[in-house]
Amino acid sequence: MKFWEFANPRVFMGWTDKVLPWAFALAGAALATGLIWGFFFTPDDFRQGSTVKIIYLHVPSAFMAINAWIMMLVASLIWLIRRHHVSALAAKAAAPVGITFTLIALFTGAVWGQPMWGTWWAWDPRLTSFLILFLFYLGYVALWAAIEDPDTAADLTSILCIVGSVFALLSRYAVLFWNQGLHQGASLSLDKEVYIADVFWLPLVVSIGGFLLLFVALVLLRTRTEIRARRLFALRLRERMA
Amino acid sequence: MLALFIRDIRLAMRAGGGFGLALAFFLILVTLVPFGVGTDVAVLSKIAPGILWVGALLSSLLSLDRIFALDREDGTLDVLATAPIPLEGVVIAKAAAHWVTTGLPLAFAAPALGVLLHLPAPGHLWLLITLAIGTPALSMIGAFGAALTVGLKRGGLLLSLLVLPLYVPTLIFGAETAARAIAGQAATTPLLLLAGITLGSVALLPFASAAVLRVNLR
Amino acid sequence: MHLTVSKLGVARGGVRLLEGLSFDVPAGTALILRGPNGSGKTTLLRTLAGLQPPVGGQIAPGPDHMAYSAHADAIKAALTVSENLAFWARVFGTSDFEPAITAFRLGALLDRPAGELSSGQKRRLGLARLMLTGRPIWCLDEPTVSLDAEAVAWFGDVVRGHLQTGGSAVIATHIDLRLAAPELDLAAFKARVPLIDQAF
Repeated sequence: MKFWEFANPRVFMGWTDKVLPWAFALAGAALATGLIWGFFFTPDDFRQGSTVKIIYLHVPSAFMAINAWIMMLVASLIWLIRRHHVSALAAKAAAPVGITFTLIALFTGAVWGQPMWGTWWAWDPRLTSFLILFLFYLGYVALWAAIEDPDTAADLTSILCIVGSVFALLSRYAVLFWNQGLHQGASLSLDKEVYIADVFWLPLVVSIGGFLLLFVALVLLRTRTEIRARRLFALRLRERMA
Repeated sequence: MLALFIRDIRLAMRAGGGFGLALAFFLILVTLVPFGVGTDVAVLSKIAPGILWVGALLSSLLSLDRIFALDREDGTLDVLATAPIPLEGVVIAKAAAHWVTTGLPLAFAAPALGVLLHLPAPGHLWLLITLAIGTPALSMIGAFGAALTVGLKRGGLLLSLLVLPLYVPTLIFGAETAARAIAGQAATTPLLLLAGITLGSVALLPFASAAVLRVNLR
Repeated sequence: MHLTVSKLGVARGGVRLLEGLSFDVPAGTALILRGPNGSGKTTLLRTLAGLQPPVGGQIAPGPDHMAYSAHADAIKAALTVSENLAFWARVFGTSDFEPAITAFRLGALLDRPAGELSSGQKRRLGLARLMLTGRPIWCLDEPTVSLDAEAVAWFGDVVRGHLQTGGSAVIATHIDLRLAAPELDLAAFKARVPLIDQAF
């Protein structure tokens, strides 16, 4: 089946009907495995004690907070170029999930930092960037809510997402410039610089996979709801015309 | 385009005191600060550059929601959309008029208001320079936000929510330049980055804003 | 200028209003649009002017040749009448707005701020803009609202003058402008399938 067939709302609904329960099941399994393994079956860090375990929540949610925005960006571009409603609605659906991940990342980041830094919040580059990302998410969701006509809202929020992405990147570098920061360096990097030992790494990857699957499942679910809402809007419009 | 620029400035001057409102707001903001943080000279002079930047930024927001909304209400925007000027040119002309009537006066007012906050000596010049370079970006980004909310009745608050996060890079580099210059450190990097953001915004945001206006005029 | 519209579809807010619309307006003639409220007259005029994207079909020539006038006057209350006219003249690249002043009898009002004009006077000022655009095809949506009988006659003269120079006009109006122009009833082109997005 070609990917673009899912641009048809009915095909999308039919497919997600079948796939969704599996998506949630897989997500649940991966999350449970990753988190239980990470929290209960890994040794404590010699410096940070058991609070380091919070990375099994913090790193995946931070990772997904950014990826959710990237998914919204791609979906927005697809809407602007190919005018597939499912894409626009998927972006709309992903935003609140992204917001939640961002909040979890912020909260767990603060909890993680507190024993090390002695404060509940620190304006270090990473946390600050996530706070700014949170504000971008808020603006995006607020704009969707403020515009009545769904197609206009889709167009405006898509353009906002694109411009916002550029500024989010700019902000990331600006914030780095602005503050040396208390955050430790990247704990997961693609090169061989293994900051966190292997024994922590595997359950972390499983947790990240679980969060990713959870994101996919939630977005599919919420997109279905958005499609139904859009259908309702179309039906009401049709009634008014008749 | 020039005609539109001049017209907007003329309108700003005649209707509601022009740049007086933004300046008054700036003054009030600066006055409020010592009431909030106390009058310790060391504290005030440390936070002065940042406060002045944030104050200028917030004052600049005030007249943003009227950039396009007024013209949309009386039908001018529709006619401008059909005129020989490209819609991108309309956006640039209006953002430029906003800058001249709001951003630029704020930049000149900042050194004077800095006296109230015990701004250290080199700061006066540097605040003027950084604001003069940074406020065009504020007007341009603001115009983008105004285009997004042009159709909304109470768009002002949403406009602020959309635009303020976009202001963060400009604010960071502007305030950082001023702070470093005051401390006697090299300020070239943030200054160049500040100018870069302004140039990039002015070059690219008109296209995004025009696209948004076209959607909102449909 | 000759306006040709073929198989045009017109929509607003996701709702298709007209479809299969085809007509010709030769140079020097006008076309009167008729139809009940909501039948798509305004949307058609906006589509011709380029403010609304068409849904299929073709319009020749493009929006660059259209002058558009609608319910709003597009004048600034804080500017004087002459400043308003001068602004539009500069925007559209016309240097001479004397004919517009004469045609709409605005001479006595030139230095008055537009906000102090009566609604009829404001409408005359708004319509005067049409003469400043230098564009051959006029798309007019209820142009005579707020005009008294005398001003309607002036406006009729202006449109006739425009047609005589080879221009054309598409006008949605209930008033007889004495243009001897054919009428087009839009009810005949009402879209059968109102919603564009059938996917839902």
